[in-house]
Amino acid sequence: MTVHVTSPKFKDNAHRALQDEQLQKAMGNVRQGFIDRRAAVAAKLPEFEALRDSARDIKNHTLQHLDLYLEQYERRVTAAGGHVHWARTADEARRAILDICKRVGARTVTKGKSMISEEIGLNAALEAANIRPVETDLGEYIIQLRGEIPSHIIAPAVHLNATQVESDFRRVHTHLDPQRDLSQPVQLLTEARGVLRDRFLAADVGITGANFLIAETGTSVIVTNEGNGDLTQTMPKVHIVIASIEKVVPTLEDVSQILRVLARSATGQEMSVYTTFSTGPRRPEDVDGPEEYHVVILDNGRSSMLGTTFQDMLRCIRCGACMNHCPVYHAVGGHAYGWVYPGPMGAVLSPSLIGVDKAGHLPNASTFCGRCESVCPVRIPLPKLMRHWREREFERHLQPATFRSGLGFWAYFAKRPRLYRLATSVAMRGLAWLGRDKGRFKTLPLAGGWTDFRDFPAPQGATFQDQWKSRRAGGAK
Amino acid sequence: MSARDEIFANLRRSLGVKGSEAPRRHVVQERLESAPKGLVPQRGQLIGEGLIELFKTQAEAAMASVVEVDGPMAVPEAVAEYLRASNLPARIKMGDDLRLAAMPWGETALEISKGRSDGQDLVAVNHAFAGVAETGTLTMTSGPENPSTLNLLPDYAIVVLSAKDVVGDYETMWARLRDEYGKGQMPRTVNWITGPSRSADIEQTLLLGAHGPRSLHIVLVNG
Ligand code: SF4
Repeated sequence: MTVHVTSPKFKDNAHRALQDEQLQKAMGNVRQGFIDRRAAVAAKLPEFEALRDSARDIKNHTLQHLDLYLEQYERRVTAAGGHVHWARTADEARRAILDICKRVGARTVTKGKSMISEEIGLNAALEAANIRPVETDLGEYIIQLRGEIPSHIIAPAVHLNATQVESDFRRVHTHLDPQRDLSQPVQLLTEARGVLRDRFLAADVGITGANFLIAETGTSVIVTNEGNGDLTQTMPKVHIVIASIEKVVPTLEDVSQILRVLARSATGQEMSVYTTFSTGPRRPEDVDGPEEYHVVILDNGRSSMLGTTFQDMLRCIRCGACMNHCPVYHAVGGHAYGWVYPGPMGAVLSPSLIGVDKAGHLPNASTFCGRCESVCPVRIPLPKLMRHWREREFERHLQPATFRSGLGFWAYFAKRPRLYRLATSVAMRGLAWLGRDKGRFKTLPLAGGWTDFRDFPAPQGATFQDQWKSRRAGGAK
Repeated sequence: MSARDEIFANLRRSLGVKGSEAPRRHVVQERLESAPKGLVPQRGQLIGEGLIELFKTQAEAAMASVVEVDGPMAVPEAVAEYLRASNLPARIKMGDDLRLAAMPWGETALEISKGRSDGQDLVAVNHAFAGVAETGTLTMTSGPENPSTLNLLPDYAIVVLSAKDVVGDYETMWARLRDEYGKGQMPRTVNWITGPSRSADIEQTLLLGAHGPRSLHIVLVNG
């Protein structure tokens, strides 16, 4: 296929990602691990496919009645002694959190892994207010030390190898013996456990995300394997939950249906180690738990996705299966996507949240092989939604001419479904074969399409803060 | 317009509703009240021995260890024995759970302190609210009886679980919780725990004992 590279930036980025031996080695762990484990655990539960339908239906039902379930949720949180704060924008969410932290005189804040926190750039805002945020999820802690953003929504440091982590720990943990042995991953884990244990005990405020909010009981739910988020919300005097509006589900039964597909899809576990349900602050008789409980509920463009084609995307439970199964993600890693949400889900969600002018090119990062949709636990039609963005992008004439010819090429196949299926299946076999023993893709055929025409934002060219500033200056919602 | 009002106005505009429509409100009320179960996997639909066996198998698959004892009176010795076998000091922390308090701890050499954990405790003993067989999951409820910190901070977590509290599925467990706490009410914290703490964040290598306990030992009490 002829190469029409339209963006020197993309060429550099894709080239760099594909030639980056460390990255390619690390991405091999994704290809091998996640896919097999998910398949094995799904095969063990005969009802798995039907549970995916159930999860989809629960999410659809909730979205159709989102205003009412959010009202009910708020009532229950308040009745349990908690506080709900509503935030239209990232800025309002940051301010709500900063206000609470300042009021209680917080100096250190521990954090459970939260994509919403990444979305609103919370750590930078806390630092600017002289409050020290400490990420406690091991992967998130590592990338915080490196000043990076997550490259995966459930495995933030999946792009790194142990030797890189070792050198970061040596650089930052200068209070420890420089001669210590850190050659094994378990030694790295033990060191992080020790360092973070002190932080858990010292923190004034704990901030977590929420996998779910339960309307029936006013409960926030987090799912972890490490126990870090659970300690984050149990130890400090104040617990703040930051969650987006679509996280609400009606009942304890509904959340149980969805939990049955979440861990299985995400890590291939039957159930994650810790699923923690928090309702309000500690009770008068309790001997532990936070004295204050706050929930900051963020919209940030989501309410406008309701009632549109992109409403389906609001079902997403952030399991990561779509990226685990994506040949494009495997090839270039998460940072190439240029914002906090990588992979197929990011390609669909990011344009909705930060604007099609900023992220409208992401939906092109697809071979349209359909593997993402085939594993999505809530059956989001990701390829269809990516196509919708491409069409909008086309209508808006935001793409350079060479892209339009690329789309023309794709449209030729799209109008001929059999030919398209054939082309993609051949391409998939080709990709699998290419990646098989080399462990990486030197080129991306099929949608050679993809490498040829697409424009990616610089992954490492700008810090998250810089990107954030320019995004806001650009008037994105 | 406040942030809250604008978000709700936006939601309703997008959904094409006013929010006051009686049929919609009825549907939501009905769902919250009836809490339909959805699809409950066959796997947990067992009784008696089969149910207990499934719980054990699943908990062990999640890398917990399980020991069965004949009755509550045998629990302290089983705990002491576990500590000896693991080369741990004979020291535990626990809360005010009445079921634990009724056990003959004095017959062992265990040194017992009470209350929440401050992060220095090596071993803690909590009593579970329930065990869910389908995934070998423990349900722990917060309170002075079984402080949540005891589930999370010690290196070795020991959980006492009555065989009669083992249920097949999450839905049955929630039904029991509602019976105890009331519809719509929850303890401050409910922890579902399936095996010991772990992380695969470094090169996708599975390692136990990330921030929570490195080991989870379940004492399953028959009779
Ligand atoms: S889009 Fe689907 S597969 Fe991807 S993260 Fe969301 S729920 Fe998981």
